[in-house]
Amino acid sequence: MLRLEVRPQPSARWSYASPLLALAITVVIGVILFAALGKDPVRGLQVFFWEPIKSPYALSELMVKATPLLIIALGLAVCFRSNVWNIGAEGQYLIGAIFAAGVALTATKETGGWIVPAVIAAGVLGGMLWAGITALLRDRFNANEILVSLMLVYVAVQVLNYLVYGPWKDPMGYNFPQTKTFESVTQIPRLMQGSRVNIGLLLALAGVAAVWVFLFRTYAGFAQQVGGLAPAAARYAGFSSRKALWVALLTSGGMAGLAGALEVAGPIGQLTPYVPAGYGFAAIIVAFVGRLHPVGIVFSAILMSMFYIGGELAQSRLGLPKSITGVFQGLLLFALLACDTLIAYRIRFTPAALRATPSSGRHQPPGQAGSALPVDGTRPTSETTEGAR
Amino acid sequence: MEPTALLIAASLNAGTVLAIASLGLLINEKAGIVNLGAEGMMLCAALAGFATVVHTGSTAAGFAAGMAAGALLAAVFGLLVIWLNTNQYATGLALSLFGGGFSAFAGTAYVQEKLPEQSQFAIPLLADIPFLGNALFKHHPMVYVCVGLVFGLIWFLYRTRAGLVLRSVGESPESAHALGYPVRRIRLLAVVAGGALCGLAGAYVSTVYTPLWVEGMIAGKGWIALALTTFATWRPARVLLGTYLFGGVTMLQFHLQGMGVNVPSQFLTMMPYVATIVVLVLISRNPTWIRVNMPASIGKPFYPGS
Repeated sequence: MLRLEVRPQPSARWSYASPLLALAITVVIGVILFAALGKDPVRGLQVFFWEPIKSPYALSELMVKATPLLIIALGLAVCFRSNVWNIGAEGQYLIGAIFAAGVALTATKETGGWIVPAVIAAGVLGGMLWAGITALLRDRFNANEILVSLMLVYVAVQVLNYLVYGPWKDPMGYNFPQTKTFESVTQIPRLMQGSRVNIGLLLALAGVAAVWVFLFRTYAGFAQQVGGLAPAAARYAGFSSRKALWVALLTSGGMAGLAGALEVAGPIGQLTPYVPAGYGFAAIIVAFVGRLHPVGIVFSAILMSMFYIGGELAQSRLGLPKSITGVFQGLLLFALLACDTLIAYRIRFTPAALRATPSSGRHQPPGQAGSALPVDGTRPTSETTEGAR
Repeated sequence: MEPTALLIAASLNAGTVLAIASLGLLINEKAGIVNLGAEGMMLCAALAGFATVVHTGSTAAGFAAGMAAGALLAAVFGLLVIWLNTNQYATGLALSLFGGGFSAFAGTAYVQEKLPEQSQFAIPLLADIPFLGNALFKHHPMVYVCVGLVFGLIWFLYRTRAGLVLRSVGESPESAHALGYPVRRIRLLAVVAGGALCGLAGAYVSTVYTPLWVEGMIAGKGWIALALTTFATWRPARVLLGTYLFGGVTMLQFHLQGMGVNVPSQFLTMMPYVATIVVLVLISRNPTWIRVNMPASIGKPFYPGS
């Protein structure tokens, strides 16, 4: 009989091993999937894990895709650690892109280089504004942030469609639903010739450092997370949950907006209906797989970027639909959540006869008050049943 | 007169999709489980239903396939959440992301397919009543099944012992466990039943409501259904009322376009999503109202005797 037993301490080892095990499970399922579809599994693995890193150019493309994922996931890590469930990063990313495009479209041939910081600032502002709606409705009216932030994604997509099919449509664009290509002065400066990597990557890495310092080296960052781990303790300490809510949403919204700005003014260079690429949703997985830790997120962003590039290559080289990326993304998160059980629990094989005398609930995890749910899986999530005995 | 009848008819039809899914989620939540995977289950079920109808030509088989797909995914979710104690929100989200990706991947072959022509439904005699006939009595049988489902669920939840046990599991799993009820098995059953209903709703969308398959065709209906359980304060009858109202709002956009109201179509497409937000705000404004009605253990894990 298989049984889960609460560990006295969450296992530090498993909290590192779990993402790797999850990746291994995803790869195994992927191999089976390739075989079932009649494709060479070795070729499949090559496309996902070797092609994206085999040349300097491939590596630079890997970084181009990893940058927005990294930036958005960093913001979400702050958010999820505060137990605020912002799952509408895709919408905040879009509104950020739209705001940035709005500034970029004002540029003319004579515009100076100041336009780049303005474009970026507009993106951040747009993302914060969109997340601010969720924060306001949650704070003022107690509306569920999961549903509100998600609904706002659909609204943001329609706002984008309205602009590119309507007022912002390029009059010289043969009636395609897209804005004119931004002036080259608005282009986010690239790091080197011959690759599309731009200063967004540096901003992202600076973000890693900033989020790390905020979360682990500042009092404000500590207060921010206590509300997520133990709401009762946070209340007792006098940490404002409302402030934590606003900080969480404005940070993640601003970061998502930043990613949107870097994307439209960087690799894309105009606003089209294809700006939403699912980065906002993929970043949720990136954040979890990276253990909601800034450094972990760097690795998981690169992994997720491989999934994206691998999906595109699978389409062109193996004739598989690009959406295979989404399958692997979902599988990875599923596998991760299942593997995370091992952090808080040990698997025990017990003979049926011994089941009558279980070791009673000796571990009462803190922070189960209210609707608070630990999100990082580093602590047991079970409520033991002392009351029932 | 006639446009109004058609608007009512369209609202009931649109509401039915949401109502079936929402009732399924209500069963989950009455047992204390929030399944954010509704969107993913509906997408996979929509594809399963559509593909089945393409191959067999039978809508009933399509519904069955949709229910099976929904139940299967819900079972995976249930095992993770109930036995492995994973976080309900994260797991549901994973299900939604996976369902979206998987249905898009598996459905590429079906994008161009068309379904066989379907017969028009009408209840004899009643359908000939002026106005009411067009508004109420010319629907697909599922619309009436859905109404029956609501009454069935009310009877089950509030008039049977099994319903009482289900609700007690959602209110206080510890007490139910102490009384000797198998809390986890009951929760799993509720989750699977809810998944089957979400699946039915998904299959209804792809085979009857908009008979086609495209990637992401559920377009947030799963999420809206989730919001509607809160809006209905977890009462089946209010779910039905809420979904019809909501169907009305959704349909109003086409009505307005038909009347020549000059609003860009994107703003009309936005309406259901904005309406969901408004509805959530209106109902959540009063925290006591929510607290009194919400199943007490909702979203919280339960693991007996660790």
